Amino acid sequence: MPVLTLNGLGRAFGKVNAVDGVDLRIADGEFVSLLGPSGCGKTTTLRMIAGFIDPTSGTIEVDGKVLSSTKGSLPPEKRGMSMIFQSYAIWPNMTVGQNVAFGLTLRKLPADEIKRRIDNILGVVKMTHLIDRYPAELSGGQQQRVALARAIVVQPSVLLLDEPLSNLDANLREEMRFEIRRLHDEFKITTVYVTHDQAEAMATSDRIAVMNLGKIEQVDDPHTLYTRPRKRFVAGFIGRTNFVSGKRDGGTVRFDGFSVDADRLDGAARSGPELLYSVRPQNLRLSLGAPEGGVIAVAGEVAERTFLGEHWDYVFAVKEGGARLRVSAPAHDVHAAGTKAWLAIDPALMVPID
Amino acid sequence: MSLATSIGEVRTRLANRGVDWTILIWIALAAILIFIVVNPLARLVLSSFEVVDGKGYTIDNYFAAYGRWRYVQALLNTLVMGAGVAVLSALFAVPLAWACARTDMPFKNFIRISVLAAFVTPPYLGAVGWVLLAGPNSGWINRAWVALTGATEPLVNVFSLGGLILIMACNLFFFIFVFVTAALELVSTEMEDAANVLGAGAFRTAFRITLPLVYPAILGGVIVVFLQSLALFGVPALIAIPARYPVVTTQLWQFFESPVRVEVAAAYAIPLLGITISLLGLQRWLLRRKGFVVVTGKGGERRITKLGAWRLPLLGYALFVCALSVLMPMVVLVQAAFSRAWGRGFSFDNLTLSNFQFVLFEHHGARQAVFNSITYAAIAAFFAISLSLCIAYIVNRKLLRFSGVLAFLCMAPFVIPGIVLAIGFYAAYAPPPLALYGTALILILSFTTRALPISYTNSAAGIRSVHPEMEEAVRVLGGGRFTAIRRVVAPLLKRSLVGAWILVFIPTCQELSTAIFLTGPNTRVMSVLMLDFSEEGKLEQLSALGGVLLVITIAIVALGFRIVGRDFMLRRIS
Ligand SMILES: Nc1ncnc2c1ncn2[C@@H]1O[C@H](COP(=O)(O)OP(=O)(O)O)[C@@H](O)[C@H]1O
Ligand SMILES: [Mg+2]
Repeated sequence: MPVLTLNGLGRAFGKVNAVDGVDLRIADGEFVSLLGPSGCGKTTTLRMIAGFIDPTSGTIEVDGKVLSSTKGSLPPEKRGMSMIFQSYAIWPNMTVGQNVAFGLTLRKLPADEIKRRIDNILGVVKMTHLIDRYPAELSGGQQQRVALARAIVVQPSVLLLDEPLSNLDANLREEMRFEIRRLHDEFKITTVYVTHDQAEAMATSDRIAVMNLGKIEQVDDPHTLYTRPRKRFVAGFIGRTNFVSGKRDGGTVRFDGFSVDADRLDGAARSGPELLYSVRPQNLRLSLGAPEGGVIAVAGEVAERTFLGEHWDYVFAVKEGGARLRVSAPAHDVHAAGTKAWLAIDPALMVPID
Repeated sequence: MSLATSIGEVRTRLANRGVDWTILIWIALAAILIFIVVNPLARLVLSSFEVVDGKGYTIDNYFAAYGRWRYVQALLNTLVMGAGVAVLSALFAVPLAWACARTDMPFKNFIRISVLAAFVTPPYLGAVGWVLLAGPNSGWINRAWVALTGATEPLVNVFSLGGLILIMACNLFFFIFVFVTAALELVSTEMEDAANVLGAGAFRTAFRITLPLVYPAILGGVIVVFLQSLALFGVPALIAIPARYPVVTTQLWQFFESPVRVEVAAAYAIPLLGITISLLGLQRWLLRRKGFVVVTGKGGERRITKLGAWRLPLLGYALFVCALSVLMPMVVLVQAAFSRAWGRGFSFDNLTLSNFQFVLFEHHGARQAVFNSITYAAIAAFFAISLSLCIAYIVNRKLLRFSGVLAFLCMAPFVIPGIVLAIGFYAAYAPPPLALYGTALILILSFTTRALPISYTNSAAGIRSVHPEMEEAVRVLGGGRFTAIRRVVAPLLKRSLVGAWILVFIPTCQELSTAIFLTGPNTRVMSVLMLDFSEEGKLEQLSALGGVLLVITIAIVALGFRIVGRDFMLRRIS
């Protein structure tokens, strides 16, 4: 049963549609990320789920019960959710222990139960020894752990996180995203995670909803999203890619500088004559001799190159038509700029874009 | 459960929680502000058009107020005086601010504390000090001059335009000092380094780079000083009247002497309001033409400039300013407070505690006045801060529509000189049905209104420092807005509220220019009593009472330092 449902959810600020008809069903215990560039409406969506912002269209339901609609919204304190804020919002006037206990005291749990749960959760986030510290005496990573403990200890129906790692330095960020996933695996709390960092979303999520201009472009698990992007925006936002456009001409599809049998290409038979494909730089192979074995061979030359340490970044100029494609090659695969070369494209790795 | 019933349920629950409470709060706050801000101001403007002792409206009051050259002259005199005070204050404050904020001048803390002391000394008390120092015949400076040179003419005369300007500047240069210090502390040293690298020395850098960068702060301070000097009543009452140099505030005072002509006074005060508003407008216009974006607070360390051979001359100047503004007046005031007759000088048989005994135990009104000053100021400060805190919260959290109007009303009294406000308060509260004249309430209400701008500035800064997510974190965990305020916002604001209360209490405790118009026989405050003493020539008793006021003030400031930390009085006030 889907626990959290957004139905045509929208929010306008004046003339700006910050969120524009978002549909999303999140299953019980699922970890879903909202991923998109800054200003695409992620925070607004999350804060509507929390109850801080009222929608101007659509509804939010949990277990079939409407929490938010244009007619009115249940206030945040009645939703039984938890949220982790970008600023952490650890209360500086309370110790670590008091911060974590706060939600439990509001729920009027017995004192020994509160103590047991606090000890347990502080153990899980490895903060037991700092229970009497004040937030000002903690590092950024430790504050983050307090925020996590405080949010999880109340066993919320939904856990919401708004760019929780953006204030941490790079190493800590990597450590904390595994930590967040580990806590999710341990407690199985339904989670909505907002981020603009694709690596963060990939590492933590069961599914990722890619957002752009207030709309969801595609929702899929990280692997599908990367290997089978369906929208131009998604293919470009998740990793780097080349877009090649072609025209169907009877049984073949003609691209700039090469053509392929239509039945070897995914999606070529279904749509109209104008076609767009995404092919990742890692899936292109550069060689001096003509490639063989079922791949498409394209002649041209190495136009530019950049060495990035882990790999080479080549720009390949196609001989006929002059299309330029980015190619990623391992460090030992050295070609000087200006070298005449061949490019091998595996048609199975060309992904059709709507 | 169907969609419709769910939505219905949400709506009933919302109604049960009283969604409309916000409207009630808005109305309540708006009503309070209309009562204590809008009403007096509207009455002021209205009464300037009212027929004296009659019904209907007329422009005659303006002819009465400006029909005589003497009255126009007083207005012109005031502007000359204000300009003089502004210039002299800048000459005092800017070098001291630069020296204290950016250089290796010795004894910087002593200078800072003296500047602060100059400010917490009420201006009329400073004026009395200067009367003792530079009175034409018996002032200490003149007596020393006569004794040393055998001259027959006095060297200096405090009862002059120059004396008026000096005394006011001694009290008011604090504002420029605070504004400029705050701005200088934000200017990155890299700005100065860039000039040094190109070959500019310490002073050239200060004049060509550093000071131009803080020009907005200097301008803001100069304008505040100018406006404050126009509004002061105590100093002109003590100095300008004997000097036969009428100014607006003393002229207004005369309109209040029998026969009381409130309507004429109101008409006479309106141009002062115009001057204030146009100056603040001018400031905005001047600052819009140039970018002063460098004052970012970030970017680079802030190092102090090495003065070298100039260390001592600069210290000398700083000590000279402090001597004029605090040390010299303080010494003679203390001497007078402990003397039988101040003119007899520092001799053992002249020493007495009887002045303190007089003001604390014998004089029937003095103890009452001390008590009144403290209680009125404490209550008014509490009201002003509570009210402005509510409004700052609502404005910052955008809880209500049009809350910006409320904020504007809180700041509005800032642009109105106290003495002009007093006329508005009189017109609003004195006539029936309120008939508050002579009661404590009229003073408390007026003090509250006067204190609103400083309270609001401080409350808003406090509220801004509490990130809204701090509250939202309470709410997602199941606490309502009031739980959030009680458990998180209030504890976090405690310190800054104590600081704000003190910052409001001190000037309110010394308030004179509205109090003088509104006190009755039983509601005298210390400042009014001191003015009475000076008219009766009881300078020794006056000094003793001033000493009592200063001891109270210093105790409160010291308490503030303990609770809030050293910085709280040196923050920008507007
Ligand atoms: N309170 C608001 N008033 C007006 N515009 C807003 C408000 N909150 C957000 N917006 C606008 O809505 C859009 C989406 O904002 P947001 O949800 O914060 O984006 P994200 O979190 O994805 O960066 C932005 O264009 C932003 O300027
Ligand atoms: Mg955001």
